[in-house]
Amino acid sequence: MKHLSEDDLVLYYYGERVPGVPAEEHLGSCAACRTNLESLRQTLDAMNSLAVPEPAENYETRMWQRVYPAIEAIEIRRRRWFDWMFGQRKWVLAGAMALIVIGAFMSGRISQKSQLKVVSLSGQVRERILMVAVGEHLERSQMILIELANNETKGPVDISEQQVRAEDLVNENRLYRQAALKSGDKSVSNLLDELERVLLDIAHSPSKLDSAEFDDIRRRIEAEGILFKIRVVGSNLKARERVRVRQGQSKSL
Amino acid sequence: MGADLAVPSPPSPKSRLTAVQFLSLKSSWMEQSDATAVAQVRAGNPDAFRVLVERHSRQVFRLTFRMTGNEHDAEDIVQETFLRAYRQLHRFDGRASFGTWVYRIAANCSLDLIRARKRREVQQPQIADEEGKELAASAVANDPTPERLAYSGELQQLLRPALEQLSPMERTAFVLRHYEGMCIEDISRALGVHAGAAKHSVFRAVQKLRRALEPAMGPAK
Repeated sequence: MKHLSEDDLVLYYYGERVPGVPAEEHLGSCAACRTNLESLRQTLDAMNSLAVPEPAENYETRMWQRVYPAIEAIEIRRRRWFDWMFGQRKWVLAGAMALIVIGAFMSGRISQKSQLKVVSLSGQVRERILMVAVGEHLERSQMILIELANNETKGPVDISEQQVRAEDLVNENRLYRQAALKSGDKSVSNLLDELERVLLDIAHSPSKLDSAEFDDIRRRIEAEGILFKIRVVGSNLKARERVRVRQGQSKSL
Repeated sequence: MGADLAVPSPPSPKSRLTAVQFLSLKSSWMEQSDATAVAQVRAGNPDAFRVLVERHSRQVFRLTFRMTGNEHDAEDIVQETFLRAYRQLHRFDGRASFGTWVYRIAANCSLDLIRARKRREVQQPQIADEEGKELAASAVANDPTPERLAYSGELQQLLRPALEQLSPMERTAFVLRHYEGMCIEDISRALGVHAGAAKHSVFRAVQKLRRALEPAMGPAK
């Protein structure tokens, strides 16, 4: 009688089809093969006791927080490519928005004591323009922070390019922060306040950093959770804008 | 973030269903809800990916830990797995469930890491060999019986080195077959090899494990 091979027994143990052999039938009548199967079963069953640590309760959230910045970076790279396809239109738009905000802010200051109805209308317009402009501003700031946070370069790092952009953003940031304060939007003004400090840190660091200095900057970005806050406020601004657009559409119908 | 995700509600365990029916319904609900999240990510809402990470990361961790035997590496691979999944989401055709698909990615990421680790070990063979010998020697010291090993936890010390002496392909195939319950056909598809190669990897893995565990389990017949 031909006995079952070890490979046949492995297939049988796992419930796979044993080719060309009626394994069940053979095992019923062959004590030697049953003994072999039992020995194999002992070894494989023992493998089940291999301990796997149970991750912490908030493991899923922690993992999302690890994955999220990299996803953001991917999205930003995709958007960059899109921007590149459409030339510098976005920057021109952002500049125009900044000018409008400044204009609206200044005119708001001048006409502060004029008729109530007019002030209320210009306030709404100002807030809406501010939202769009701040949204754009946050995206550009986020891009710099993600570039720095995800830079895996070993050894000295040159951040001069990011510094130039950070310097530009610091000036804009100041204006937006003042405008947000004026319109009473605390969440935005607080975020812009924190962002300003981070941008200033970047702008005023040496252009070429050794690993320790660069790690220090990255740690500061991560410690303040600024990327996460930017994302949350950015999403809120977009949501508010969507609501306004919807309201505007329903009014016009 | 992700607050406006339109994900269907899970089935309620309170309704009069048997456990099997409930589990089957739950699994179908999860697949449906996974598909919704995938569609939202594809439609340009990256936040929807959170649902998928939060739902599958724990299970993926178990797989990657069994493959690597190291919590830190296992976590890194889970992260890498979900990033690969995000980048390749356009390739996900929905024929298998998202969970199965992400499992395949995790298995391949683990395989890459184990291969890289083996290459590093080849560069420092003496150290790795010595460490392995010491570990095995300490695990089988004093001729322990199976009962003693099982109850004292020393079996644990024997199992990990036994698994680690397998080649990357053998270990992956074995983990997928033994712990994840994947059939040979699925393993071959997941690893992109012929069914015969997957089957022989499992066979070789079992042979090696039996030899390694012989001191505790008795000789393989």
